[in-house]
Amino acid sequence: MLGAAVLTTVTACGAAPEGAAGAAGDGAKAATAASAEDFGGMDALVKAAKEEGALHVIALPPDWANYGELIKTFETKYGIKIESENPDAASADEIAAVKSRKGQKRAPDVLDLGIAFARSGAEEGLFAPYKVEAWDKIPAAQKDEAGRWYNDYGGYVSIGCDAKRIPNCPKTFADLLKPEYKGKVALNGNPTKSGSAFGGVYAAALANKGSFADIQPGIDFFGTLKKSGNFIPVESTPATVEKGETPISIDWDYLNAGYADQFKDKGVDWQVAVPTDGVYAQFYSQAINKEAPHPAAARLWMEYLYSAEGQNLWLKGYARPVLLPAMTADGTADKTFVAKLPAVTGTPAFPASAELDKAKATLAEKWDKAVS
Amino acid sequence: MPSASSTPTEGTVPAEGTVPVKGTAGGTRRRRRGAPRTWLAALPLIAFTGLCFGLPLGALLYGAVTRTDPGTGATALTGEHLSRSLQGPYLGSLVGSVQLSALTALIASVLGVLIAQAVVTSRSQALRNAVLTASGVLANFGGVPLAFAFIATVGISGVVTQLADLGSLGWNLYSFTGLAVVYLYFLIPLMVLVILPALDGLRPQWREAAQNAGAGGWQYWRHVGIPVLAPSLLGGFVLLFGSAFAAHATAAALVGGSVPLVTLKIADALSGNVLVGQENVALALGLDMILIAGLVMAVYLPLQRRSARWLR
Repeated sequence: MLGAAVLTTVTACGAAPEGAAGAAGDGAKAATAASAEDFGGMDALVKAAKEEGALHVIALPPDWANYGELIKTFETKYGIKIESENPDAASADEIAAVKSRKGQKRAPDVLDLGIAFARSGAEEGLFAPYKVEAWDKIPAAQKDEAGRWYNDYGGYVSIGCDAKRIPNCPKTFADLLKPEYKGKVALNGNPTKSGSAFGGVYAAALANKGSFADIQPGIDFFGTLKKSGNFIPVESTPATVEKGETPISIDWDYLNAGYADQFKDKGVDWQVAVPTDGVYAQFYSQAINKEAPHPAAARLWMEYLYSAEGQNLWLKGYARPVLLPAMTADGTADKTFVAKLPAVTGTPAFPASAELDKAKATLAEKWDKAVS
Repeated sequence: MPSASSTPTEGTVPAEGTVPVKGTAGGTRRRRRGAPRTWLAALPLIAFTGLCFGLPLGALLYGAVTRTDPGTGATALTGEHLSRSLQGPYLGSLVGSVQLSALTALIASVLGVLIAQAVVTSRSQALRNAVLTASGVLANFGGVPLAFAFIATVGISGVVTQLADLGSLGWNLYSFTGLAVVYLYFLIPLMVLVILPALDGLRPQWREAAQNAGAGGWQYWRHVGIPVLAPSLLGGFVLLFGSAFAAHATAAALVGGSVPLVTLKIADALSGNVLVGQENVALALGLDMILIAGLVMAVYLPLQRRSARWLR
């Protein structure tokens, strides 16, 4: 509508240069486009994005799920410069950046969010609805009907283990309680803050007769682990893994598998197992900022992420892209990367929104007491 | 929190009225005219304070007592955030922070004074320079690098832990005690920096006078030294308390959620991947921290004013 208004004014005046009128019209169109067709096809989208020339992203760590290569490939393929801000930011920081920089050039164009933040952000009307070309292939449970967010990649809670320091690597949550792992078991952060640590507690709950609605057994499990001296509260990072301070680390399987690659040359034999007694998978979600300063580039980034190329790049980083089942069926998934994924039995189940909220509330209330 | 410059070592500027003015009649007039000009000189400071402390404080207050509905965007007053910040794990984190800060500040004050006094008594310029330089560096060594330095040295598989077999002695870096030791690492040097000038301010004549009057070493400290030093000691303690109270990164890297600290709780609520919509509770916690800091200052300021005159 704004585009039409601008066009009419310009036509009425007649004196404005044609180029400026065209650009203004495209900009407004890009900001409301809900699919590539709204641009007039992929080629037009690529052209509009190239004209913008830049994409502002936030919270994309280059060593997380192969984002470094995803960014580099996008830049060379389309000649669009990606300005990456605060790579280690959390979902809450991303939402805060969207809110505090409304209408500014520095606002993030696209967001990679934890699922709860994707839901709450959509409710607050922060995201632009957009359906990528592969929209129909995304399972219904993993997308917002209106296209305001959809899952991108995920992984399973896994147990990473330094086989050089630990003679028998633990394979299940039950194993972790053995006295031989005293002072050796760590989480990737504090579960009231870090999504992967939260996943670890959730998985431990499932392994101990809990359910998606009942995370308490998981909290109790870590309480026991702390009392036995097995649990160390230090946050496992690449540095602590390499140093051997966190010889057993509960984390997403794609991060643990990434450590295995990263530290092979440094004498760390990092082995990854998805515990059979507590299988928990979680996906992150993509969304476009409603007031993205580069609306066309933002939409092109989404198309790129959900193309076979983008999905395979995530796969290369050991993350399981949301289109993996569809791509396995039509043969576009890269088989060498699929073969390298840690083995998992069964299909993942996901907690309902209310269950997740309840689990988080319980965790925020009880975690401190259990481990201090 | 007060800065190190609050140490009253220098004589203060003479009060305005004591400046000799030519002509008695003009004196009063000039003084009256002079007053607004002095006020003007402070304007940049007032503007800076208002901008850099006032604005955030206002935003904090506003956020702590209001709630904005995400759907409608309507804002309403509520005491819910403040009351939540004083309950359950949030209250626990406030108590934990106060305990840790008070304990570490107390230990660091005592040890810092002893070290500084040793340096002053030694009269060795080389030792003095070395200690001051080292203190300056160490007092600013904090955050994640400090945490990792400790992990690599006395963590579970740290070099010293392995060599000295600290684990079997019951040492655990990832506990309240461990965290206190790490905090002392930067608090003690800070105390040395703060208290050294004050110890220099103790005039040798006072000691000699006390000795001439028949006082022993203990009596000198009990009746002269410590009363004169009291404001500096208290100021140092308040500074250390503030430093420890506000520290975040070191604790976050070392103990995660297992030692409840208010700064960690604020970070969880404000910038995380798990809890949604807790920002206002974080602001309320921030307000609680300011109140606690204010209480500590309220004890310190009157005492400081009372005894500062000794060091002019």
